[in-house]
Parts: sequence; structure tokens; C-alpha cells
Amino acid sequence: MKLTKTLLAGTALAMSAGVASAQDMANDMTIVSWGGAYQSSQLKAYVEPYMAEHPEVTVTWDESSNEAVAKLRAMNEAGNITWDLVDVVAADAIRLCDEGLAMEYDPDELLAKGDDGSSASDDFGDLIVSDCYIPQIVYSTTFGYRTDMVPEGVDAPSNICDVFDLQKYPGKRALEKRPINNMEWALLCDGVAKDEVYDVLGTPEGQERALAKLGTIKDDVIWWSAGADTPQLLADGEVFMGSTYNGRLYSVIVEQKQPVAMMWDAQVYDLDGWIIPEGLDEAHLARVKDFVLFATDTKRLADQAKYISYGPARKSSAPMVPEDMKEHMPTDPANATNTFLYNYEFWADYRDDIDAKFQSWLAQ
Amino acid sequence: MSDTTQTGPIDMGSSAGNGKGDKPGPMLAADGRPLKRSLNRALRRQKLRALALIAPLLIFVLLTFIAPIADMLFRSVENDIVSNTLPSTTEALEGWDHTTGEAPSEAVFEDFYFDLFLASEAKEHTKLGTRLNYEKTGVSSMFRSTGRGLDDIGDDYLDQLEVIDKRWGDGAFWYALMSGTGTPAPEVVKARRKVLTRMSGDVLTGDVGFAPSNAIATLLPTTVRAYSDFAVYTALVDGKDVAKRDPWESVYVGLILDLNKADVSGYTGPEADALKAVKAALPEIKQVSLQSFFQSEDKDWVDPSVWATIQTYSPKYTSGYFLNAIDMQLTPDGIQMRPENEQIYIMLFKRTLFMSMMIMGSCILLGYPVAWLLANLPSKSANLLMILVLLPFWTSLLVRTSAWKVMLQQQGVINDVLVWLGLVSDGDRLVMINNQFGTIVAMTHILLPFMILPLYSVMQTIPPTYLRAAKSLGATNWTAFWRVYFPQSIPGIGAGSILVFILSIGYYITPEIVGGTTGTFISNRIAYHISSSLNWGLGAALGAILLACVLILYWAYDRIVGIDNVKLG
Repeated sequence: MKLTKTLLAGTALAMSAGVASAQDMANDMTIVSWGGAYQSSQLKAYVEPYMAEHPEVTVTWDESSNEAVAKLRAMNEAGNITWDLVDVVAADAIRLCDEGLAMEYDPDELLAKGDDGSSASDDFGDLIVSDCYIPQIVYSTTFGYRTDMVPEGVDAPSNICDVFDLQKYPGKRALEKRPINNMEWALLCDGVAKDEVYDVLGTPEGQERALAKLGTIKDDVIWWSAGADTPQLLADGEVFMGSTYNGRLYSVIVEQKQPVAMMWDAQVYDLDGWIIPEGLDEAHLARVKDFVLFATDTKRLADQAKYISYGPARKSSAPMVPEDMKEHMPTDPANATNTFLYNYEFWADYRDDIDAKFQSWLAQ
Repeated sequence: MSDTTQTGPIDMGSSAGNGKGDKPGPMLAADGRPLKRSLNRALRRQKLRALALIAPLLIFVLLTFIAPIADMLFRSVENDIVSNTLPSTTEALEGWDHTTGEAPSEAVFEDFYFDLFLASEAKEHTKLGTRLNYEKTGVSSMFRSTGRGLDDIGDDYLDQLEVIDKRWGDGAFWYALMSGTGTPAPEVVKARRKVLTRMSGDVLTGDVGFAPSNAIATLLPTTVRAYSDFAVYTALVDGKDVAKRDPWESVYVGLILDLNKADVSGYTGPEADALKAVKAALPEIKQVSLQSFFQSEDKDWVDPSVWATIQTYSPKYTSGYFLNAIDMQLTPDGIQMRPENEQIYIMLFKRTLFMSMMIMGSCILLGYPVAWLLANLPSKSANLLMILVLLPFWTSLLVRTSAWKVMLQQQGVINDVLVWLGLVSDGDRLVMINNQFGTIVAMTHILLPFMILPLYSVMQTIPPTYLRAAKSLGATNWTAFWRVYFPQSIPGIGAGSILVFILSIGYYITPEIVGGTTGTFISNRIAYHISSSLNWGLGAALGAILLACVLILYWAYDRIVGIDNVKLG
């Protein structure tokens, strides 16, 4: 009798405890991401596994990442934040943090330790570029070219400056319709040393110089504004070479089997990751924290690399990346012989100024 | 109208005589009141009822349409972020003359330090940095990095203070010192609360739980101000007990600054001895001027042009965004043109107007015959044609635009056909997309139904007998059309043109996709500033100018053609 009572009491206690913790967390979560292949890699790598563990949770996707900063600002002004977790690139995360729209967090408190025992802040290392940013993957902006359009008797392009060489490699190029990356590449090919690029680009003369270099190929450039443009232009044979995100090129090459090859030279690394909006209520915040802890551990980040050719942001995930994906990773040593890291600080300062000049130059 | 006349025995028509002076007195209604008043009352009641009936719609339109637009447009002149975030600094800067070529005085840097410290605790300083970065490149990172280093100078002072007396790092000790005894001076706290409210835009309610004494507020004004900032923020934003928390680093800085000037020998409040001990040891404390502190954080803080920018953008309202929107700029030396290599907006406005006209013109040319066919074919074939006209309406805009890409690109359908026919050689295929031509073609196609439908409904009302009559009187086909039919269809052209023109002036998705660099509109830049650069002020200014352009053109149209001449059917 006594035993049953104790057991009953114990069960009741356990149940009430269970109920209490479930009540602490909201059961719905709105995740903002990019749609397409990237979002489905997130779905398979950690959202579906998380929902399998927590069947009570429902996840709503909002494919608004490319305008997340403007929308979050508007939500904040309206005093009604409807997003729980937002996937953004690092530059946007820095701006959201600057504007007080993203929550600052402590990596070692919020994120799991690496599988190798390293603390989260060591495991992610320098990739935590802002106090609000929880990086997931490293991607790169790099060039792809059509193998069937390489002129006969000429080596396939392997140097970033081949983009600027119309004599050797005639044909159209696709470049992004914004100064970031293009200006750096132009200066590199105008003879500026890699570690001096941003010093030069910070001066009006340097900006003129970069635009002048871009001017040598201006008539042969199709300017893109969506990441899907270049793969399409390459597949249609509209351009000979073009810049885009390496994962997009991966799907053109591996999945669509187009005659396209990668040119990894001077690829520019950038990050993609989460931010938690400032001003969530406690229940939603608790759920998001629980999810982020799960979704950014060593195994899940490595799992994501099964579905898309982006490198996991944790050092401890790198050994777990599947062998057949390694050669497509921007961080693979064979691909990473000459790389560039997006200079967030520089572009936060110079973006408006250089963009004005760039757009005015484009329109001329 | 008939119910109103029931208020009096005399019908409406007679009330006209009411105003005539030769009547002996005002005409009276049955109840003895003047008829005019009683009529007005009845009419007013009816008007109110009518207003009440449309009130839900009116309020809905006001709240969801007019108010947001007005709010957004207001941002084009709003600029209170500078004076709200740096209230003391902007005041202190008023006396500074940027033309001397020297950085502001130490006093300005002192005000700036305390303003910035509060702003960085409230995480508002980076917003200001972003705002000022629109005007002066590099300011954004100055605010961000300096915001991180603000604690250093206070920490150094605290280390030295703790050597003199361990209690200087203790929250309760500070609370006792700052509260003092005697008449309290709550207005200091109240003023700081107001500053924080303005800066953060949040409503701060509750009790701070701290008020300095009059004596200490007069003796150590800077310290009390910094401590009040700390108290207001801790109590009202963090919701913590002020007495139990260690003060901010800015308070130590304030203390050292105050003690340099203050004479504490006569002070008798709590912890007066500790104050006197620090005053005595002051020569041994290593002090740094705030100017050199800011210089060590970022050397540009002593650059006068940074301060001139802050000074220029101190007022609550600015013409800066509007000037930027017309390729000018508000500089400390007055209004100037932007450098040639940054001018873009006027050109884009002109291009937008020009291309919208082109699109409108091609819509008229293509739409007129189609509308004529629609109006004159037997109804069976006219219905089929109507469905063909409406079909694009039911197809997604993006699909239609992408279809044009497939058609027009160099490896596209049209070029392939031309090459196959031998009209162009494979080497020089026509460039028909990613330029103005592509935008005009795609947008004409998308906007064509907006021209055809009003034209069609106007043409339907033109009796075919007129044309026949003209011909039977000897007119040629052309004369009959031009002199008889066309003038009657002008209202349809007017309606269609206004629709097409106003729609195309604000289009941005299609030009973005097919416009390349020469076929984009001003709306593409507005979209960029709203969603990418987040310079909403500039976006709003560009939008306001665009709106003004449309209104002026509408007005001109009304003057020249007459808005009564517009018919949708």
C-alpha cells in the first residue's frame, strides 16, 4: 500500500514536472530561411529529427531571409515579432545586432560543447562574427564556367584574373549587381596584393581603380541579383563564366549534370547562421533555445553537409563530413588554396558610399 | 431628399426665396422655427447618417492606407535620432565652429562620453552610427568599436580608487554617497529618465528608488548625472535594485572629473571622508583627457569633419534625405552637388518617366486595334478574344517575366529562329534583354490589358451608325475614323494611359529581372533602400518625389485634357 502510494506520488510528481516543462516552452516555432535546396538541407538535417523527438512541436517556415533585416525592423516598430528564429548571412546579422533587433547570447551557455570536448566558443572560433550570431555553415561566392565554351588550345580558366581576360577567354560573364566581391576581385587582378585590398579600396582612388578594372569587361557582363540567375545563365549558355554561391554551382554540376566546372580561385568565404529576434516571449524563447542547442551540435551540422555542399561552421564537425561531399566543400584544402574572407567591418562602413559609386557607374 | 421636406409644410423649391430681403421675416416651418435652420438640421442628420454608414470604410482606409503612407513619407524629413541619442553633445556642439579645423573642446568630449555611455548601455549607439554613416563613411564602425571600449577608462580609475579605499567598488557605498542627506533633488533623476525615454522610445514606468540630495547634486554634478543614468536604467529597464548594484564605469569617470573642480572640504554628508581622501590623493591618480581617450579608441574622433557631420545633422528635421534624393548633399558648408561619380537619382527619375511614357505609347499602339476588334467582332469571337486578353492577367507576373527572358535572351527562342532563318549570324545575336528594350517589351506585355479594357468599354458605347453615317455623307474610311470614331474613343485612351503610366512608374520586379543596368527604374533604388541598405529616410524621400511627380502629371493632364474626359466605361 505504502509502496503504491509512493509510486503514485512519484508518477504524479514526474508527470507534473513533465507538464510544467512542456508548458514553459511554446509548441509552435516560426523559422525564417531561404527556401530551396538550403532550406531542405536544414529540414532534413535537424528540423525533422527535432520534430521526431518532440512530436508536439509544429514548425512554420517563412522564406524571407533575403529581406529579413527590413521585415524584422518593421515588426519591431509595430511591436509584434512573429518570427522565432531567423537564418541570415553574417553581414545582416551584424546589422540586426547593431540595430538592437537580434538577441545577444553567450555561446558557451546556449550552444552545445563540441563532440571533441571543446567549448562552443572555441569550436566555432572566429566565425562568431557578432555577439548575436550563431553560425551554421561556411559558403563561398566563386566562379563556375562552361567547359564546352573554353576556346580550343587554351587551358581551362583557373585564375581569378581569367575573368578579366577577354582576349584569352572571350564570352559573357555573370557578376552580381553590387560592389561587394566584384571590387575586391578587380583590385586583385589590377595588381593589388591580397592583404592590401581593403586598404586600397578604402580610398577614393582605389575605388576608381577597381571600377576602371571592372570597366574593361563591363560590356560583356550580365549583372545578376538573385543567386539562381548565374546557374540558369550557365545552363542556357548565355554566359561563359559567372559568380554565384558554390552550393548553386554544385547543383548545376552534380544534380543537373551540366557541362560546368568550378573555378575556386579567390573564392570569398561568407557565413550563414541563425539569429534570435530580440523581444521574444519566454515560452517561445525557451523553445528556440532548446531547438538551437539541438540544431547546432557537432552531429547535426555535419549532417547538413550530406545534403548541401556547404562547410559546417564547427571545427569538430569537419571530420564527420561524408567523403563524397568533401571535394565540393569550399573549405576542402584542394579548393582553398587561394581564399578571401568577406570583410564585414569594412563593408559595414563603406557599403553605402561604394554602392552609390558602383550604381552610378553601372548606370552610365 | 423627399424625407427632408416633411419637416415643414413648404417644399424645397420655396426655400430659395428664403434669402430674399423683401420678405417680412424668415420663413417658418410648422414647429415655428425658421425653415432654413430646420431644413439644415434635417440635412445634417442625413449627412451624419450617411457618414456613419461609410465610417467603417473611411476609418479602415485611413488606418491601413493613408496613415502608414504618411508615416513612411514622414521619415524623409525625420532626424531626431541624433539629438535623442546625444542630447548633451548636440547642445554643447552648438557653440563649436567647424571652420577652425580643430576638434571640439574637452567639454564637448565630456558630454559625448556620458551620452555615448548611456546610449551604448541601451544599445542605441550603433543605430546612430548607421544613421550617420549614410552621411559620412566610416562613422558606423567608430560608434560600434568605441562603444565596446567605453568601460576601459572607468575601470582604470576604479583600480586606482580602490587602492585609496576598497569601498569605491561597492554598490551600497555608492548608493549612500549619492543619496546623501538633506533636501533631495529628484529633478536630476527625472531629467535623466526623460533622456532615456526619448533615446530608447520605450515608455519607462515605475519607481527608480533613488534621489540625490541637493548638496551632493551641486557638489558633484557630473557624477550624480552619470549615477542617475545608471539608477534609471538599472531600476526601470533591468528591473533591479539600484542600492545593491555596482555603478557603471562612467560614474568613476564623473567622480574624477568633478573632484578636479569641486571643493569637498566643507561637505558633511555620508562618506564625506572617503571623498576627501580621494581629493587629497588626486595628484597621484593618473588621469586621461577624454579627447585623448577617444583618440586612442579611434583616431578619427579628433577629425573635425566627423563632428561637423554630427553638428549638421543635429536638428530634429533635416532636408538631407531629400537633397540626397536629387543628387545633392547637405554638408557643413551648405548644400552642394554630389560628386559626379555618385550622381544617379535625377538620371533614374528621368529614365523612369521616359520609359513609362514609352510603355504607355506602345500600349496605346498595340491596344487600340485589339480593343477595336473586341468592340466590333461578333460576340462569339469577341468573347474568345477577350479571354486571350485576360489570360495574361491570370498568369503569375514572375512567370510572364521569366518567359520573356526565355524568348529574348541571346540563346533564346527569337534569336534561334533568326539565326535559323539566316537573318543574323550566330556570332552576333541580337541583345534584346537586360537593357531598356527588354524592360519596355516585358512591361508593355504585362500592362497591355490595363489599356485594352478601358478602351474596349468606351468603344462599345460608340454607336456603329455614326461611322456608317459619316461614310454615307461621303467621308473616306480614314476621315470617318479620324474625324468621327477616334475623338469619341479618346476618353478610353485617357483612362488607359493614366492606368498604364501610373502602374509602370512604380514597377520594380520586372525591370529588376529584365532591365539589366540601363533598364532599371527609380523604384528599384527605392526597393534597395527599403530592404537592403535600410536607409528608409532616403527611400521615403525618393518615394515622396515619385508621388509628387505623379500628382503633378495628373494635374497637368487634368488641365490639358480634362479629367472629365476619362471614362472607364
